[in-house]
Amino acid sequence: MSGTTQSKQAQSKHARRTGRGAAPANPPASGGGAAPARRPSGAKRFLESRLADWVLPLVLVAIIVAVWQAVCASGAVEEYVLPAPGDVLGKMFGDFGTFADQSVPTIVAIFVGFALAVVVALPIAVAMVYSAIVRRAIYPLLIIAQVVPKVAIAPLFIIWFGFGQLPKVLMVALICFFPVVIDSLVGFRAARPESLMLVRSMGASRWQAFWKVRWPWALPSIFAGVKVGITLAVVGAVVAEFVGADKGLGVLLITARGDMDSLTVFASIAWLTVIGFVLFVAVEALERILLPGKRGGRSHEASGSL
Amino acid sequence: MAAASAPFIEFDAFTKSFDAVTAVSEMSFELERGEFLAIVGPSGCGKSTLLMALAGLTQPSTGQVRVQGEPVLKPYTDLGFVFQGAELLPWRTALQNVLLQSEIRRAPKQESERRARELLGQVGLDGFEDSYPDELSGGMKQRVALCRALLHDPEILVMDEPFGALDALTRDQIQIDLQRMWMERRKTVVFVTHSIDEAVFLADRVLVFSPRPARIAAEFRVPLERPRHLSARTGPEFTRLVGEIRGVFETLGVLREERK
Repeated sequence: MSGTTQSKQAQSKHARRTGRGAAPANPPASGGGAAPARRPSGAKRFLESRLADWVLPLVLVAIIVAVWQAVCASGAVEEYVLPAPGDVLGKMFGDFGTFADQSVPTIVAIFVGFALAVVVALPIAVAMVYSAIVRRAIYPLLIIAQVVPKVAIAPLFIIWFGFGQLPKVLMVALICFFPVVIDSLVGFRAARPESLMLVRSMGASRWQAFWKVRWPWALPSIFAGVKVGITLAVVGAVVAEFVGADKGLGVLLITARGDMDSLTVFASIAWLTVIGFVLFVAVEALERILLPGKRGGRSHEASGSL
Repeated sequence: MAAASAPFIEFDAFTKSFDAVTAVSEMSFELERGEFLAIVGPSGCGKSTLLMALAGLTQPSTGQVRVQGEPVLKPYTDLGFVFQGAELLPWRTALQNVLLQSEIRRAPKQESERRARELLGQVGLDGFEDSYPDELSGGMKQRVALCRALLHDPEILVMDEPFGALDALTRDQIQIDLQRMWMERRKTVVFVTHSIDEAVFLADRVLVFSPRPARIAAEFRVPLERPRHLSARTGPEFTRLVGEIRGVFETLGVLREERK
């Protein structure tokens, strides 16, 4: 009885491995049909490879750009409404000097503002985890600060701090502060109580418990917040530059709009996109370095595509 | 220092209440050094509370827990704790999880690592030192947790339903391994379990707890010779003890043949 079940199990396992549904176990000599150990087809192997992560979106982008180019070439739209992608690309690199020059203050504002947000947000999140008083005092303020439309505050910053870098930096910090602080808070509270009990039974100090348990447990969540934050940081910088600044990609863009210079507007948008994308990828790379360990593995595979 | 006659571990009228609920009431018992004590009782009867109190992670509402005559007022660290879930940190490999113990204690690195590898080898995990918890089976994870609890060679080993989530075969094997490791070291063990068989198989003495608020309903010495083999479970002495403990649960109303 148990023998039959076992052999059946072995059979179905074999069938799964060779990808041949309910086919009866082939006697080895009967061959002639499929190859004995069929490998996954080329297409399937490609789709599961890391290369596909790059190729698939690139193909999609290529299709979109091709359609765009076709629309422009057909003459259905005026050039000042929608310049052709080729022309935009030409502008991006043709006027590279100008764009590079104007990018510097924008990028600096993004970096400094974002760093400021993270440096302020993390300690606040930590304080909120360890002190109920701090949590209760700060939480409502955080919500209110998030609900206030930050774009509406931007003119105020100009009045207070002028047209230089400072209002931009503050705008960037303000706009990406909230996701970082909220996700960090969630992260720091995600540590399993049992893990904390465990290190406590080892005689861990609060400091040790934080760095050995709470911090690593919080990192994935912190990175989730940081990724949202970094994309918002670009928005913050451009908004601040729209409202009033002496230099920057946002200034270039708003000036070009005034001249109906769509090509420059598009090229500025494209460069801003590139900056945002590069920053996001950099954060993801940092995440991969700081979060070692396999979070995939057995259960990951077993949970399939659900 | 306390008098030499003081028992190694002593629960003295230990009571623990959470808000209105009394988890453990006026519990008193003692352990000798090197004794393997098992505690069986229904779910939610406060067994875990007792272990946490011994580890100094929670303080009694009234009464005392004493180790070598000294009341436990802060985390007692000459102790290894094994939880029901292995509680391995997912971003650490098996070896790194074991070494958490020495990192927190700031023990010398090289010596700790040598010991950790040795322990992992003793529980049959050589070759898995660099595997992450997600790549290990439930039994393997619990073995890693056991190694972690033993790394600093503690006097007391506290185990809270450590094998509860394992399948029967894995459980048999890990019980045999635990017995062997205990016989080599003779640490004082407090082992909480739901399984009467497991308690009788492993322990020198079994305490049977009543439902909440927990009190000691019965106490059994297990006179079986060591090392005990799996076959001992079908022996007359073993079956008699298991039957008697089951009988206690029936009298307590924890086990009944029919539901009214």
